[in-house]
Amino acid sequence: MENEKLKEIVIAYMPVAEVIADKQFLNITVNDDQIHNLAKFLKNSPETCFDYLFCESAIDYNDHFMMVYHLDSTKYRHQIVIKTKITNRETPIVDSVCDIWIGAEYHEREIFDLFGIHFNNHPDLRKIFLDNDWVGFPLRKDYTDFVNIVER
Amino acid sequence: MKEEDFKDNETLELFKKEGGNVLLSTVDAMINWGRSNSIWPLTFATSCCGIEMMAAGASRHDFARFGIEVYRASPRQADVIVIAGTITNKMAPVLKRLYDQMADPKYVIAMGACAVSGGPFFYNSYHVIKGADHVIPVDVYIPGCPPRPEALLYGVMQLQRKIKLETIGKQNDIASDF
Amino acid sequence: MAENLQNMLLEEQEFSINMGPQHPSTHGVLRMVLKLKGETVLEVKPQLGYIHRGIEKMSEKLTYPQIIHLTDRLDYLSAHILNEAVCLTVENALEVEVPERVKYIRTIMDELNRIASHQLWWCAFGMDLGALTTFFYGLRDREKILDIFEESCGARLLLSYNVPGGLMNDIHPNFQKRVKDFLKYFKKKLPEYDALLTGNPIMQQRTKGIGLLTKEQAVAYGVTGPSGRGSGFSCDVRKHQPYSAYSKVNFNEILYTEGDTFARYKVRIDEMWESMSIIEQLIDNIPEGDFAIKMKPIIKLPVGEYYQRVEAARGEFGVFVISDGNKTPYRMKFRSPNFSNLAAINTMAKNQKIADLIAIGGSMDFVIPDMDR
Repeated sequence: MENEKLKEIVIAYMPVAEVIADKQFLNITVNDDQIHNLAKFLKNSPETCFDYLFCESAIDYNDHFMMVYHLDSTKYRHQIVIKTKITNRETPIVDSVCDIWIGAEYHEREIFDLFGIHFNNHPDLRKIFLDNDWVGFPLRKDYTDFVNIVER
Repeated sequence: MKEEDFKDNETLELFKKEGGNVLLSTVDAMINWGRSNSIWPLTFATSCCGIEMMAAGASRHDFARFGIEVYRASPRQADVIVIAGTITNKMAPVLKRLYDQMADPKYVIAMGACAVSGGPFFYNSYHVIKGADHVIPVDVYIPGCPPRPEALLYGVMQLQRKIKLETIGKQNDIASDF
Repeated sequence: MAENLQNMLLEEQEFSINMGPQHPSTHGVLRMVLKLKGETVLEVKPQLGYIHRGIEKMSEKLTYPQIIHLTDRLDYLSAHILNEAVCLTVENALEVEVPERVKYIRTIMDELNRIASHQLWWCAFGMDLGALTTFFYGLRDREKILDIFEESCGARLLLSYNVPGGLMNDIHPNFQKRVKDFLKYFKKKLPEYDALLTGNPIMQQRTKGIGLLTKEQAVAYGVTGPSGRGSGFSCDVRKHQPYSAYSKVNFNEILYTEGDTFARYKVRIDEMWESMSIIEQLIDNIPEGDFAIKMKPIIKLPVGEYYQRVEAARGEFGVFVISDGNKTPYRMKFRSPNFSNLAAINTMAKNQKIADLIAIGGSMDFVIPDMDR
């Protein structure tokens, strides 16, 4: 399905979404309380049927975080990117999508470990790579570690 | 043997022949011959260098002909631990525990740039130990990323030369100049 | 560890055991905490992080040609394919077109790398099941491919042959002859693999019906590559989003529907045949031309986000670059296939024996540094 038709479907469901098309994918940005509804709609709607979450990541822009979900459909073979902005930098919280795509469980544990973003309704949210007594979130831009990192 | 006398392989061969300043009796020679020609390693490979270690054990660069007959999975039965791969902060206590569980005489070979000094991950990484010798004392360092199997064989031969210079009269005090 | 046991409630007759980071059969430093009842596995909890090197954080301070050398060390058995992913991201972002010669050579080296990776998988899988012969046969044949790599690139395992814009050096003049000799040699040896392991009744009893993964579960977990195709999930990036010279060749996507360990085994053996057929179609028709185009000495991507998918030997590998116009990326994320493949192991290993867990882990073909990045 082309990006134009996907854009119409998304705007019809959620008029407040910002839709931008770049060279590769259609990018949809919503608020952090709407992301779960949008994700559920995109998976369950028979016209879009996005059942394969192939990448979930987080980006640290210095005053806010951005969660990025790349979705693919095994039926129609189209892709879409949905994003959400998390403005609260002290206690970033967002809804988990584990009940929609169970593969998100490990991705969200990784983001919790390295960025500190907390996920509601996650079945097992704990650190995955670093030790339990590690202080700090390494992938944030303001992370400094004078003991371990040799700067260059 | 003092560290400053350990110069190169020719000097070592001469020491052995003339007796140098190391007292080697027939008992020593026999024990060292037995120990050096049958070193059995522990299965310990963390990353890419592990594949080159496996290739060194396969049929083309066979290292069973150097005495490394089998890999022992249990540290109590192994003589040498070949650290092939990067050591991270989380893996370091595990490595120390394995080394402590090995029985004397035990040797350590640090294979690959990551085990020697942190390798390509030296700068800007928060979770890599910059060299396995921050955790356990190392006998032989093999540079390369990854080192060719022939380089690993050369490293093992260096370890054999080092073992042949030991004496059971004076205990091998590993930690004295570490 | 006390904190792990808090998450597990043990009933009578159940006990928790650690299959530690140093283990002959876990293919690297994967620690699994098993909840057992006798010999039956009730739950598997993998613990990662023993080879977490922080490559994503390091990439924020390195230029794009330097990052290519780090991606080698992620999934080191498909090193050429991962290098190609970063190069394709940069080339597509800058909208430069590489010469046809480069595309053909990259595809041939990709497929050789895939065969080499599957050969190593075969020898490790046999060793896990207890058949030590496969170790020697697999590595003997793999050395022939490593000779070809060494002649062209200088390295055996971590190639770093791709640069943004093309290849580092042209191929050796003997390349075509050596590849054709290898194909002739390997076509006689691959049926030996079948004779040794596939038809063995012990191996079939140990792998048929073990570790079932349905197609819906594979899609939900994101299990791609030969492991996903063994369950019927058609996920081959070479077919659906072709890159390099894959649009010019005819090949089949191998799909089996049973979803058990034996199906995943058969997928990889058949993929080796398909890779050889792809190489045969390309090896005689390499067009003449340059081996690289001239790029600027300092590569800066325009502001924006770029994503590139490639088919590594273990699944779909993705490179996600967010650039702010500087010579280093603002954020670099690698979508690793093994990380998603591992998520399914609890579902597959429930109520199986410990020996079955080893067979399942062998058939999924994990490479741990790719999971931990």
